[in-house]
Amino acid sequence: MSRLQVVSGKGGTGKTTVAAALALALATEGKRALLVEVEGRQGIAQLFETEALPYEERKIAVAPGGGEVYALAIDPELALLDYLQMFYKLGSAGRALKKLGAVDFATTIAPGLRDVLLTGKACEAVRRKDKRGRFAYDCVIMDAPPTGRITRFLNVNDEVAGLAKIGPIHNQAQAVMRVLKSPETSVHLVTLLEEMPVQETVDGITELRAAQLPVGRVIVNMVRPALLDEAELELGLERTPRTAIAKTLAAAGLGGARGAGGRLVDPLLAQAAEYAERYALEGAQRAVLAEHGLPLHELPLLADGLDLGGLYELAAELREQGVRNS
Amino acid sequence: MSVDPARDPLDVDALLDDPKTRIVVCCGSGGVGKTTTAAALGLRAAERGRTVVVLTIDPARRLAQSMGIDSLDNVPRRVKDVHGGGELHAMMLDMKRTFDEIVEAHADEDRARAILSNPFYQSLSAGFAGTQEYMAMEKLGQLRSRDEWDLIIVDTPPSRSALDFLDAPKRLGSFLDGKLIRLLMAPAKVGGRAGMKFLNVGMSMMTGALGKLLGGQLLRDVQTFVAAMDTMFGGFRKRADATYRLLQAPGTAFLVVASPERDALREAAYFVERLAADDMPLAGLVLNRVHGSGAAGLSAERALAAAESLEERNEEPAEDAEDAEAGAAAEPAGENLDASGIVDQEGGKVGGRNSSESEAPNSPEASGSSLPTEDTDSGASVEQLTAGLLRLHAERMRLLARERHTRDRFTALHPEVAVAEVAALPGDVHDLDGLRAIGDRLAQTSDGGRA
Repeated sequence: MSRLQVVSGKGGTGKTTVAAALALALATEGKRALLVEVEGRQGIAQLFETEALPYEERKIAVAPGGGEVYALAIDPELALLDYLQMFYKLGSAGRALKKLGAVDFATTIAPGLRDVLLTGKACEAVRRKDKRGRFAYDCVIMDAPPTGRITRFLNVNDEVAGLAKIGPIHNQAQAVMRVLKSPETSVHLVTLLEEMPVQETVDGITELRAAQLPVGRVIVNMVRPALLDEAELELGLERTPRTAIAKTLAAAGLGGARGAGGRLVDPLLAQAAEYAERYALEGAQRAVLAEHGLPLHELPLLADGLDLGGLYELAAELREQGVRNS
Repeated sequence: MSVDPARDPLDVDALLDDPKTRIVVCCGSGGVGKTTTAAALGLRAAERGRTVVVLTIDPARRLAQSMGIDSLDNVPRRVKDVHGGGELHAMMLDMKRTFDEIVEAHADEDRARAILSNPFYQSLSAGFAGTQEYMAMEKLGQLRSRDEWDLIIVDTPPSRSALDFLDAPKRLGSFLDGKLIRLLMAPAKVGGRAGMKFLNVGMSMMTGALGKLLGGQLLRDVQTFVAAMDTMFGGFRKRADATYRLLQAPGTAFLVVASPERDALREAAYFVERLAADDMPLAGLVLNRVHGSGAAGLSAERALAAAESLEERNEEPAEDAEDAEAGAAAEPAGENLDASGIVDQEGGKVGGRNSSESEAPNSPEASGSSLPTEDTDSGASVEQLTAGLLRLHAERMRLLARERHTRDRFTALHPEVAVAEVAALPGDVHDLDGLRAIGDRLAQTSDGGRA
């Protein structure tokens, strides 16, 4: 497995959830994983049911088999001061910069600097080693911006390296790009089995590949259970007389065939028709995704909504599907 | 504790029909159907007689196609085949183009050329963090001042933090008022002024640091850019402030869009609070993709129990393997003997386990493809089929309960917000008819399919 796992996806597909489950899966059996948030939404804290994360790596979960998951919410402003500190040992000058609005400028207005800081910090965690020369984390999982912005976000350092043709920013940007374009990095896309997210995923794969960024896996999230199979659908919708269904409902104790039981038939068949339409649509979308030759994973929709227990279930599911740190 | 939203529904048609409504802003987190809602509202308003322009930010290709436009661009295009007396125009924000136009309109030719060819400008305008928000505000102001449409419907950028577009003018303002910009424009002047001694040390360290950090050439690009933009900044800011006030004025209505999921509604609650804090007029919440059931009287529990009893009955007698014709199943329930059940019944169990314990299927690929193959033609009996229908219903009822619960949590927090629930479509929107169907559902303010 690559050491930097970037998780993107269309809004609403649950990429934060998938990133968290992936971190748990990769930390399993004694590994250390760092889960990084870059969009300041505190989605990780909410998932793990803890208080808001500070700009500091802290342990938030224990994975099965003694693994550990750390989390970090990157604050671009503090990351900038971090960098300045690192490069220039700026103490009070850093505060003066802040006073002047330079930090605001750099983190919100200056083109791309914010994204440089975010990707830079994640790459730093990937490369960091402890005193004995071992990697501080076995892997870093980034809950990244959505598919529509991911290529630009990861590629920002190329652009910056072009803008700042010399100097430490230039060098830093190039160092980050070396990590991002190497096999050390893997960009995963989360989607749902619906047309728009699938279309965005396909576009995302094309863009990432064109930018020579390594595309990893496609993870289909919130897959609904198959409750009726094709035979049943065909039988139910086309060949079975309504009266037979009404009688069966009555026999099951749901009211008389001509009364309450009978009145259930139409709505139940209407629901089955909707299900059939969705089922066909999902099949078509699966086929579209399969065309791209990427490993495809599916995670089930959790019937009772997502909680911490559900997150561990999804992590176990990913491991069963072969997503693990060897 | 639950508040019934039916008591305070959002009357979409009244909002769209009111000639005093001039701007409708759709905001909400990503993936909730914001752009589709904006397009559906635009179509509905046009078909009810208004002259509408829809400003979308980043529409999916399919959505643009659904309006009969292959590629939306920075100029409003008229949408064909709109019924009724109104007109619908649609456009997509092109950040770079909008920025360029501002430069061209407000700077003399030489200066404009200098700005447009500045590398720093080229990156800035191509859409890094924040630019989209500024430009959306700018474009909205432009559309409004052209006064060619009596209703503008705006889709908002999928911002990293909820209401970045509201912050855009302020952020721009604080940047323009800041010392940094003056420093960038004329470092020597600022440094030489009296009373700035305290800052002097920081300043020189800073220009030095910036120079080192960015590289001298980039700093020069930035300085040239800022100097060239200097005369335009004032106008920029004035317009951004004007647009901000326009949003607060009567005639503007904000719609917060969400889906009945926990995260989306949490964001929606945040939007509602943020809009109130900024004195922005909130018309209500559009709750997309809400599920209903025509058989809501049958609970999930009863449906499951009935499904189980049907399946038990179905598996008991295992002799009559030949007789698996669907027609035979029409006989009185309980008499029907069907032995092909082994395969199918297993399928049924997988489904049941998934839905009741939210357990992952062994292999999701398998769950999609492990459909019984050999027995499909003759396999399913009416019992199995009916049990399947009941399980499907149980799943629907659980989904309904979950959606209702998340919605109630929102309405308990914000009982003042009017809600329009939009029943889920099984498929995706492909054409104007699809948008029309969504418009119809939007306007059905009663408790819809849940009744």
